[in-house]
Amino acid sequence: MSELLLPPEHRYAEIIKKRQNEDGSELSILNLGPTHPATHGIFQNILLMDGERILEAEPTIGYIHRAFEKIAENRPFYQITPLTDRMNYCSSPINNMAWWMTLEKLLDIEVPKRAQYLRVIVMELARITDHLICNSILGVDTGAYTGFLYVFQFREKVYEIYEEICGARLTTNMGRIGGFERDWSPEAFRKLDVFLEEFPIAWKEFENLFERNRIFIDRTVNVGPISAEKAMAYGFTGPNLRAAGVDYDVRVSQPYSSYEDFDFIVPVGKSGDTYDRFCVRNAEVWESLSIIRQALAKMPAGNDFHADVPDYYLPPKEDVYHNMESLIYHFKIVMGEVPVPVAEIYHAVEGGNGELGFYLVTDGSRTPYRLHFRRPCFIYYQAYPEMIKGALLSDAIVILSSLNVIAGELDA
Amino acid sequence: MALDTTQIQDKLVATFGESVFNFSQEKSIFSLEVASDKITAVLLFLKNDETLRFNFLTDLCGIHYPENDENHQFTVVYHLHNWIDNVRIKIKTYISGTNPEIKTVSNIFLCANWMERETYDFYGINFIGHPQLKRILNMDEMISFPMRKEFPLEDGGRTDKDDRFFGRTIDNC
Repeated sequence: MSELLLPPEHRYAEIIKKRQNEDGSELSILNLGPTHPATHGIFQNILLMDGERILEAEPTIGYIHRAFEKIAENRPFYQITPLTDRMNYCSSPINNMAWWMTLEKLLDIEVPKRAQYLRVIVMELARITDHLICNSILGVDTGAYTGFLYVFQFREKVYEIYEEICGARLTTNMGRIGGFERDWSPEAFRKLDVFLEEFPIAWKEFENLFERNRIFIDRTVNVGPISAEKAMAYGFTGPNLRAAGVDYDVRVSQPYSSYEDFDFIVPVGKSGDTYDRFCVRNAEVWESLSIIRQALAKMPAGNDFHADVPDYYLPPKEDVYHNMESLIYHFKIVMGEVPVPVAEIYHAVEGGNGELGFYLVTDGSRTPYRLHFRRPCFIYYQAYPEMIKGALLSDAIVILSSLNVIAGELDA
Repeated sequence: MALDTTQIQDKLVATFGESVFNFSQEKSIFSLEVASDKITAVLLFLKNDETLRFNFLTDLCGIHYPENDENHQFTVVYHLHNWIDNVRIKIKTYISGTNPEIKTVSNIFLCANWMERETYDFYGINFIGHPQLKRILNMDEMISFPMRKEFPLEDGGRTDKDDRFFGRTIDNC
């Protein structure tokens, strides 16, 4: 059987040949993935198993590699946002905003306070949807479908808010250099208010359903734990690191987009196991809701939604049709003919899964000379084989889903 | 106690002399260059020194500069972060174009393992001592290193998308 899956020279074949179990049973190989229905994404792991225990795992990634870094080297800045959408597609607005903020850092653009607050709101909405999917899918993987269906309708509500803001839902391509493409409509704020009213009730119920649920606790406590030291060595960031007890959060350590104006706590876990990861994400959703409420309450008056940077910000369409100056700017921006300094920039934000960083090297031309994405999933997924060592097969699925490895971000 | 950038510079210069150079403050990040043969020693020093404490490797990636002279064609960039004092630094090290190789840092920072594999995959930079240096995102059968600048993104024979008709290129900016 194993010859079918692996070439005979594979090291697992060696191990199986050598190992003699006392009861006469032998080790086996299981090919988990690439398209396994329970892994929510394209991950292949070749598992060496003793009965139902995993002894070793060999991950293969890259099944949806789309060469974003290479494409980015050949596209003007505005055409790179759609690429960032497709990395962590569960929280695209965070990626979009991170990209704009990288460019604003490069071009020294000061974004108006109101636009910064709007960005905070949309980024926190994205974080909520990201955590909502991760936690509810974790529920599905442990056999609780109801919670997932119950809270999933609220992702729909958030997507309707995105729709009001930018017209798109999943791959949002939201914003511009210096702010947003248009002011948020009253309808967007109304939908946001409705969401803030209804969602906490559902989320509380979701929490009640899981947090002290005997079956869920049995399936998750002490499953896939990782120590703080190990997590740091493996480059963990975000909720997965905080579950291990390290309170590192980019929003606090290097505040961007006025996060310093808001009062929120960074929830941490203790043991870094699946249950702690679940609880940290749960708590972060509450913090995100509180940040959104604070941002709405503190929202500066007026209707500033972008910085005044005509060199980089597309002029209103009416002006383009009737005004020479605007037409010229429009053309130059669309063609990527904007002044770009020669510089190297690293900008990081707290994405749904951790520190999402953009390392941008420019040479003064209209495209980046090099753009590297620091993708948190890619970095922490390398700990996965170690985390599932000794676990049951069913635990491996639960661990994968609690790590929230998003295939798009993993492979870029 | 905040960690001062001059302090980092002084300590590094005192320990490594001329192997560390080109210190500069680029926007929000303090940068320096390291001679490629000293990279593991410098990273180990930065990680373990009692005051520097750069305990986290944020990012590692390669850059290709085909225009540079033979010994500066490839760059490996390391972003380190001191979480205690909240200081980031960027370290660049240049390596040769014909035989790009550098010592691995995956024994210092575990997370460098896949990042180095990724860099190898795209640039063909050989990380000496890496436990499993093979392709990670591309398929194993691939023979080229696609992020090198000599490989165009699109088919070079295309005439309908000539960059000259779309404003500046690297050559005429």
